Amino acid sequence: MPRTPKQAAILKNNLQNFLFVLPAFAIFTTFYIYPFFEMFNLSLHEWKGIGPKTFVGLANFQELMGDGIWWSSMGHAAYITLIALTFQNALAFALALACDREIRMKRFYRVIFFIPPVLSEVVVGILWNWILDPGIQNGQHIGLLNHFLYMSGLPQLVHNWLGDPKTALTCIAIVHSWKGFGWGFIMLLAGLQTIDKQLYEAAKVDGASSWRTFINVTIPMMLPVILVVVILTILGSMQVFVLIISMVGKGLVFHTEVPVTRILASMSGTNRFGYACAQAVVFGAILVAVSFAVKKLSDKAKQA
Amino acid sequence: MQIVTVFCCCLGLLLSAGCSSRPHDPNKILLWHWMTDRDETLKKLAGQYQKETGIEVTIELFAPSDAYSQKIIAAAQANVLPDIYGILDKKSIFADFIKAGLVADLSAEFAVDNAAWTKVLFEKALAVNRFEAGNIYGIKPGVYGVPIDVTNMQMLYNKKLLARAGIQNPPRTYDEFIKSAAALKRIGVPPFVSGWGELWLADCFASNYAFNIMGEEKVMATFRGEVPYTDPDWIKVLDIFRDLRDKGVLIDGIVTKGNKYAEQDFALERAAFTFNGSWCVNVYKDMNPDLDYGVMPPPPITNAHALKIWGGAGSSFVVNNTSSNKDKAIAFLKWLTAKDSQAVLAKQTNNLPSNREAMAMIPPVLEAFAKGMENSTHPTIWPLNENPLVVEAFDKGIQAIIIGEKTPQQAAAGVQQVKDRETAKQKK
Repeated sequence: MPRTPKQAAILKNNLQNFLFVLPAFAIFTTFYIYPFFEMFNLSLHEWKGIGPKTFVGLANFQELMGDGIWWSSMGHAAYITLIALTFQNALAFALALACDREIRMKRFYRVIFFIPPVLSEVVVGILWNWILDPGIQNGQHIGLLNHFLYMSGLPQLVHNWLGDPKTALTCIAIVHSWKGFGWGFIMLLAGLQTIDKQLYEAAKVDGASSWRTFINVTIPMMLPVILVVVILTILGSMQVFVLIISMVGKGLVFHTEVPVTRILASMSGTNRFGYACAQAVVFGAILVAVSFAVKKLSDKAKQA
Repeated sequence: MQIVTVFCCCLGLLLSAGCSSRPHDPNKILLWHWMTDRDETLKKLAGQYQKETGIEVTIELFAPSDAYSQKIIAAAQANVLPDIYGILDKKSIFADFIKAGLVADLSAEFAVDNAAWTKVLFEKALAVNRFEAGNIYGIKPGVYGVPIDVTNMQMLYNKKLLARAGIQNPPRTYDEFIKSAAALKRIGVPPFVSGWGELWLADCFASNYAFNIMGEEKVMATFRGEVPYTDPDWIKVLDIFRDLRDKGVLIDGIVTKGNKYAEQDFALERAAFTFNGSWCVNVYKDMNPDLDYGVMPPPPITNAHALKIWGGAGSSFVVNNTSSNKDKAIAFLKWLTAKDSQAVLAKQTNNLPSNREAMAMIPPVLEAFAKGMENSTHPTIWPLNENPLVVEAFDKGIQAIIIGEKTPQQAAAGVQQVKDRETAKQKK
């Protein structure tokens, strides 16, 4: 059917619009969608990274379900995440609240608090390795923490922090929180500064206490920012691994294993790329599910 | 519209360029390596080679070695491997590269001129790159790689600290070693450090004693599944780690210590003994040029069998079988392993040369390492290797013993459990 000039112009216009989207679509498909499907495809195969692939169906997933080390590594990541969600974010929020007030040198504090996130995880790992070093040379503790404890008259607290399963993971979680709290601090501070000051003045006129104002004004207004910080904390903490490698190498038995170190072990340690992809698919699905759950909870909290 | 068309064309070109292999230039060779300490010298040698032959060799460094291994695998999948590269992985992966047609068979090159090239190189170093007839990987017998240096793993001792503890000579037996450790502890010096946080170093140390206690045949029989890890001899091997822990021989935190930290501890005289590879000579020279140390083989615990140390080719290169410059790549590797080039590499990087004739030009401390070559072995020359998952369980078992979480018997039972599971899986 012959097109009218108007229809032809619309078609040309649409075509032009699609062509503008095409580069982004091509890049997204090539670097995101295709690798994802390829990873899922690989998870259904036994493959050493080179040579032929053997289709094994869901065998890798089946094996993964019964892999105790994998699930304990998931538990370790959850533990690190829990510490980050509580200790790290509480600290970030408290410092953001402090810096939101009219205090002296608040710009200086902002810079100081933002130094740890700027440092590379490898540098942080090396730095804390020295702080937590359990060694002794010429009767002196090499590690700063043990040296401090000894000099403070607390020699009974001197410890092999990273070599003891009871303390290793907690040390890693604390260092991770130390490194990460600056991000939360900056985001929460930015959120606090967007709250209309008139709301605080109105609360003051109504005779609300500081605590009431915090609960009824600050928290509701901050919920969207808190949600973003919580989701980013979960995603960042569940995927921690560079810090672990730089602090405890290949790990303390299996006590410091997290999902990403297990995926790496499957890939480079045992050359089981198919199994590593199955681990990555399951891990990714868990992260997506957790993020959705947090979003749903937050939506409910907003409605309440 | 024109802008969109041009943009799309550019994108298309970009994507198609990304998927194609490198352009062919008959006078250029590309070499990828992972050796940070040898990069500068390799580049200098490449410059010299260009002056002599007109062939330009581009040396590209990708470190650390873990990242390099992944890069090689990714490049193999994309068919963009360079003319010369190294395979740092297990022998089974080396075999997979050969099967995929990505590694040239160099047997004919090693055989020409009455095997002249073979004769100048250390046999143990070549063995790492050789696939024997009837190998379990199904590879055509031959030599597939060129060793550019050799290495072995031994123990080192700090002469000053030993003298301070009143120890006249380095220990020659395990009992003497324990006595030396006690003497060192009395003067407050941690006796032994090693980078066992990297696992493979602990694994290597354990396999030295496995060979010493039960001999190679029984170790291989274990790999074949004919001897369980709960065998008394394996318990003896694992019990060494319990003994070292109980007698306070090991430095605090050894289970999570990376080799760089262990090297730092030894170089800064924080421990009297260490277990490390011959590359450490260069590392210690950088960290503490005044460090006075000697080299000794790990002290045997029994005379039942020879204690074999890990050794062989330190770093090897292979030639890309799909390269259009294969002959030139081989010629460069021949030149790189010739006496003069090897002498330069040995002098400037303090590594043991793979060329025997260059041995006369090495620093004295490396000579002690060189002596160990006669008594060396390596997983890549064993007729078969253990399943990596079993190796992981074994190494983690060693860690568990050192931190007092498991007894040697419990650790052995754990390893055997993994072995049984993997054997059953293979049978399926």
